[in-house]
Amino acid sequence: MTAQKEQLNCYHCGDACVDQTVVYDDKNFCCHGCKTVYSIFKENNLENYYSIQQAAGATPKEITTEYEYLDHSDIKEKLLSFSSEGTEIVNLYIPHIHCSSCIWVLENLNKLSSNILSSLVDFPNKKVTVNYKSDRISLKEVVLLLTSIGYEPYISLADYNKKESKIDRTMYYKLGVAGFAFGNVMFLSFPEYFNYNDIWIEEYKHFFRALMLFFSLPVVFYAASDYFKKAYQGIRSKFLNIDVPIALGISVLFIRSTVEVLLDWGPGFFDSLTGLVFFLLIGKYFQDKTYKHLSFERDFNSYFPIAVTLIEEDEQERIIPIHELEEGKRILIRNGEIIPTDGRLLKGEGEIDYAYVTGESKAVTKYIGDRIYAGGRQIGGAIELLTTKSVSQSYLTQLWSNDSFDPLAQGQYQNLTDRISKYFTVVILSIALSASLIWYFIDAQQSLQVLTAVLIVACPCALALAAPFTQGNLLRIFGTHKFYIKDGITLEKLSHTDAVVLDKTGTLSAAKDMDYHYTGTPLTDREKIFIASTLRASHHPLSRSLYELMDKTEILQPQDFENVVGQGIKAYYDGIEIRLGNSEFTNNKEQISTHETSVFCSIDGVNKGRFIFKTTYRKGLKELLIRLSRFASIHILTGDNEGEKSNLEALSPKMTKMLFKQQPQDKLDYIKNLKKRGQSVVMVGDGLNDAGALKESTVGIAVTEDIAVFTPASDAILDASVFEKLDQFISISKRGIKVIRTSLLISLFYNLIGISIAVMGILKPVYAAILMPISSISVVIFTTIASKWISRKL
Amino acid sequence: MSVIYLLLSISVTVAIGFFIAFITAVRKGQFDDGYTPSVRMLFEDELIETEKTKTKNTNQTDIK
Repeated sequence: MTAQKEQLNCYHCGDACVDQTVVYDDKNFCCHGCKTVYSIFKENNLENYYSIQQAAGATPKEITTEYEYLDHSDIKEKLLSFSSEGTEIVNLYIPHIHCSSCIWVLENLNKLSSNILSSLVDFPNKKVTVNYKSDRISLKEVVLLLTSIGYEPYISLADYNKKESKIDRTMYYKLGVAGFAFGNVMFLSFPEYFNYNDIWIEEYKHFFRALMLFFSLPVVFYAASDYFKKAYQGIRSKFLNIDVPIALGISVLFIRSTVEVLLDWGPGFFDSLTGLVFFLLIGKYFQDKTYKHLSFERDFNSYFPIAVTLIEEDEQERIIPIHELEEGKRILIRNGEIIPTDGRLLKGEGEIDYAYVTGESKAVTKYIGDRIYAGGRQIGGAIELLTTKSVSQSYLTQLWSNDSFDPLAQGQYQNLTDRISKYFTVVILSIALSASLIWYFIDAQQSLQVLTAVLIVACPCALALAAPFTQGNLLRIFGTHKFYIKDGITLEKLSHTDAVVLDKTGTLSAAKDMDYHYTGTPLTDREKIFIASTLRASHHPLSRSLYELMDKTEILQPQDFENVVGQGIKAYYDGIEIRLGNSEFTNNKEQISTHETSVFCSIDGVNKGRFIFKTTYRKGLKELLIRLSRFASIHILTGDNEGEKSNLEALSPKMTKMLFKQQPQDKLDYIKNLKKRGQSVVMVGDGLNDAGALKESTVGIAVTEDIAVFTPASDAILDASVFEKLDQFISISKRGIKVIRTSLLISLFYNLIGISIAVMGILKPVYAAILMPISSISVVIFTTIASKWISRKL
Repeated sequence: MSVIYLLLSISVTVAIGFFIAFITAVRKGQFDDGYTPSVRMLFEDELIETEKTKTKNTNQTDIK
């Protein structure tokens, strides 16, 4: 029967139907939630959802009271992007948006509720803009409607603090201006190239030239303005970056061409000038295009809730925005809510999941009077907390005020192109000057011409394109393999890697999969059923994890059941007493290592043995570490105790350094030390407690099981499913640098030809007009093919 | 006045026209989201009512 069950997949969400199968309308569903969504869609003739993309849905979350805060006028006002009489527009982030079915159903929201006027999906950003009649339906109802069909919006403190962000479209305008001018100027310069010394061209050339000058003005003064600014910044900080020779080239091109036209010496180089700027901007655009839906700059704001339920002196519950929360207040945390600040438990039993903070998936149980740190998610019933700190003072938020989060402290990184351009600029300038000096003695009139000709032809267009195109291509290829890097510079930094620091929990070990083994007197099948049944009745996190792993073929109802707080649970079946809990509670006499997490069991007062949880490590970890150790030293830092030491040692190469019981600050300092020794450190972590270390490292990689959910601020995000390919990504980035180097050689080769022509004093505008695009295009083609080639094995 | 001037002014006017069209398109946000419209245009306008249309539509399962 179980074998048959495994075949069934939910019609709505595609998950395997494990525990129960709900059959409705001849279709199988994994739970009632999925069935409900299906029936909502069916009633409203929205079944098309399933035909666009199969099993696209998400199981809806149980609707709780947690959206009460959306009725708070202050909060609501901050969230809405438009509000006027009768209509409101809200822009919501929905992590589940992932396919065309999502777009379709979300844009048909008006079919589900007539009070919704329209909705528009922005797929790359995973956002939906809903326009609704505010006098008929409230924001809360809109959010609840979305939640009920499995599209729960993610609303966080970051939404509350957001500033009116304007979309920056300058790049498009600049590209448009440069492209427009380039096309027209090329068109206007052709007659003179092909009808050299013709009678009719003599008549019209002045008109053509004037037009070309006119078209190039916006290119130089608007489209290319960034290059001048950056070059100026570079010179001011006494550093010759790639923008210096570019700006020099552009200005020489423009001045010489203008002078030529005004003094009627020749047609100038306007086509090369506009073409150069256009190609450079394309390169920039290509490099800037990154992953919109991933945020690499997340701080606690995007993790924390926007509001919290405050309990007043008179026991009244009131919802307040989170920044109004002070210390010494009583707050109510419901199931699934995040604890916003440090506090002490007043009422209820806390079962707190710190997975985002520590990467540890086992929930921690807290009792009345216990101290609770911010950042955990309550997974049991509602609890009451007495806050001991305000939100900005909590332990978790303090992590962010560390120095390494200060962008100024990061220092400037010189990329490969900039390092080369330093020499390039000096060499070009000296060639230009010496050539013009020599020409001064041969033919003084030519001297200035040669000087400008060298500077024009040597303008490092191809040089400036090599890195953006190689890196842009690699970023895209990595992205399709679920490794998302913030920008090209990060990719370059990654290639220098000589130390890899890994966090253990959640990074090396999978957060979801746990395993256990049993030691002690072997249990009979019947006893196993008793134990599983007892576990089922308990809400303790350990019992739950263990229950998930046990065989659940038969579950009995206990005759009597008792939960002894802080000790364990006991239950009776046919007069047999089953106890599960700690060592003392189950009458254990054996000495045990305190490093292990275990659940003891006794039957009728006799200790039988214990279930020991063990960490399961990611697939291929051992091989990955061996491959990594070939080019980098490996360090494992963990906040846990030494219980896993022997297991870890078996997995890792000999030279691996392992440190246990590391606090977030220790991890950060460790990385700081490595960096001081001149090492380029890659930190791989997952939880918020790694945030400081991720930021401090040269390249911080956040590992996540699900890209849609929160990840700490980092330079790159790695999907856990491709964790074992980490070494490949690093070696490809190394090879990427070689590709850039090779394309730099190609561009230098073209420069050599151009400069020799220029030095001989025979440079005509048409030569420059041919040489410039050819060198750029061949570099672009080479980098595209080469980056595909080096990443073919991924 | 030579025909060249006439032709050039026409061509430049047309080019400027397209340039303005491009700028307006950017300003209206047409370049902000380059993906969603490409999917949206493939959706049927009508909602599914009969079994027949449904089977027809399964052919376009993988437009993602």
